[in-house]
Amino acid sequence: MRISTFFYTLKQGIINIFRNKWFSLASVATISACLLLFGIFVAVLMNFNNIVKKAEEGVSVTVFFAENVSEARILEIKGDLEKRVEVSNVVYVSAEQAWEEFRMEYFGEEYSHGFTENPLENSSNLEIYLSDVSLQSSLVTYLESIGEVRQVNRSEVTASTLSGMNTLIVYVSIGIIAILFAVSVFLISNTVMIGIQVRKEEINIMKYIGATDFFVRSPFVIEGVLIGGVGAGIPLGLLYVLYNIVVDFIVQKFSVLSAFLSFLSVQEIFKVLVPVCLVMGIGIGFLGSISTVRKHLKV
Amino acid sequence: MAFFKTVKNKKIPSENIIVLENVCKSYATGAPALSGVNLTIKQGEFVFIVGDSGSGKSTLIKLLLRELVPTSGDIYVNGQNLQQLKRRNVPKYRRNLGVVFQDFRLLKDRNVYENVAFAQRIIQVPGREIKKNVPSILSVVGLAGKYKAKPRQLSGGEQQRVAMARALINRPPILLCDEPTGNLDPKNSWEIMKLLEQINQKGTTIIVVTHNREIVNEMQKRVVTMKKGVVVSDEEKGGYIDED
Repeated sequence: MRISTFFYTLKQGIINIFRNKWFSLASVATISACLLLFGIFVAVLMNFNNIVKKAEEGVSVTVFFAENVSEARILEIKGDLEKRVEVSNVVYVSAEQAWEEFRMEYFGEEYSHGFTENPLENSSNLEIYLSDVSLQSSLVTYLESIGEVRQVNRSEVTASTLSGMNTLIVYVSIGIIAILFAVSVFLISNTVMIGIQVRKEEINIMKYIGATDFFVRSPFVIEGVLIGGVGAGIPLGLLYVLYNIVVDFIVQKFSVLSAFLSFLSVQEIFKVLVPVCLVMGIGIGFLGSISTVRKHLKV
Repeated sequence: MAFFKTVKNKKIPSENIIVLENVCKSYATGAPALSGVNLTIKQGEFVFIVGDSGSGKSTLIKLLLRELVPTSGDIYVNGQNLQQLKRRNVPKYRRNLGVVFQDFRLLKDRNVYENVAFAQRIIQVPGREIKKNVPSILSVVGLAGKYKAKPRQLSGGEQQRVAMARALINRPPILLCDEPTGNLDPKNSWEIMKLLEQINQKGTTIIVVTHNREIVNEMQKRVVTMKKGVVVSDEEKGGYIDED
């Protein structure tokens, strides 16, 4: 391709956008609307996931050992546990630490001096934090099979709630993505249909006077890609501005829940959203224009 | 100079620029559009193709443009068998044909200059040559002063001249005109026909499909008459045959 032909094609693509400004506007609006919905959904999902993950990290299983089990053996068991996939972290709490914590929590400094010996002598324990809360039961079964283990304390309700929440997120994600996909396809196919009507005659003329398919297609593809790019840029810009406003609003209005709600920064969200939205926008524009033109190339 | 062009073991005399041999074309429904059409057009000829609606004229034009392929028979244009032409080579083939339609088919949102230059852009003529060629061809068709006008600002006759300039700028050996005066008043029709005659005198083969009895009778050119898909008459310096 000659350089002059390339620039001509590029120029035609840009001119086409302004020449058919209502069509271009409708296309940009369609892509923007779909990607805005998609972006909001991704932002909510990522934050929700983050909140559940944070909550999961707080769920622990506590293991108490039989009398006379040495600290060395407990640390050995700790080492074994740390190798398991469902375990994210294991903390060893010695009998002295356990008493210290209990004493400070329930008696305070002044009343605890009455105890000369450690009443929690056999309370050395391991606090096990899970990487995947749904695997809590299998971990507990394993722990109970260890001979030196006297008692396993766990939070069944928290674990099952979080695990259920995870499943719910997966189903809701699939549902919303399916709806958004169907809506996008419907809106885009309508927009493409309008495009076909606008362009049919022009494509015919080009073909009759001997234009190659590539020559006919190129300005349309450039137009589609630019419309897709702008269609992706607008919702990204809106989301960037709106995200912080909405997060600030929620934090202020629902300060009671601040212990549970931990929001991701806009940068963290955009690390995912920018490439995905750009690929989707440009991809929709590219495929939309290619399919619009292709139907009319057989002249 | 070669006197014969060899096309897949078949020799077509090079002066025969268009040859149709026993061409038939049927559509999925209805009677055949063309049945056993034989026609030879020599380089530099001016031929009218006349006939009523449904006589097969439009099908003939579509076959020559390679928009359709014949159901049977062969079509040779400039020595090339259109049956054997691959789809990807169709654009290159069409550049040998200038085409003028009844409804002008101009790009409505581009001015006269851009409409004409477009035909050169698609064959990647350098920009500086386009700048020389477009004003030159516009002066041939008498529109040098209107190169900035959009099609809607022109009369029907002027729009048809733009279409002719576009068809001629790449100097095609053949000019196909499908009802070129169909949307024009008598005065403009005659002007277009005079222009076609001038172009023909410079060596371009011209085929005009028309209903215009007066023009056909007056111009005394070769007239091929079609009826129900068959060539019923082919006369040198002929006239319009009335339908009984």
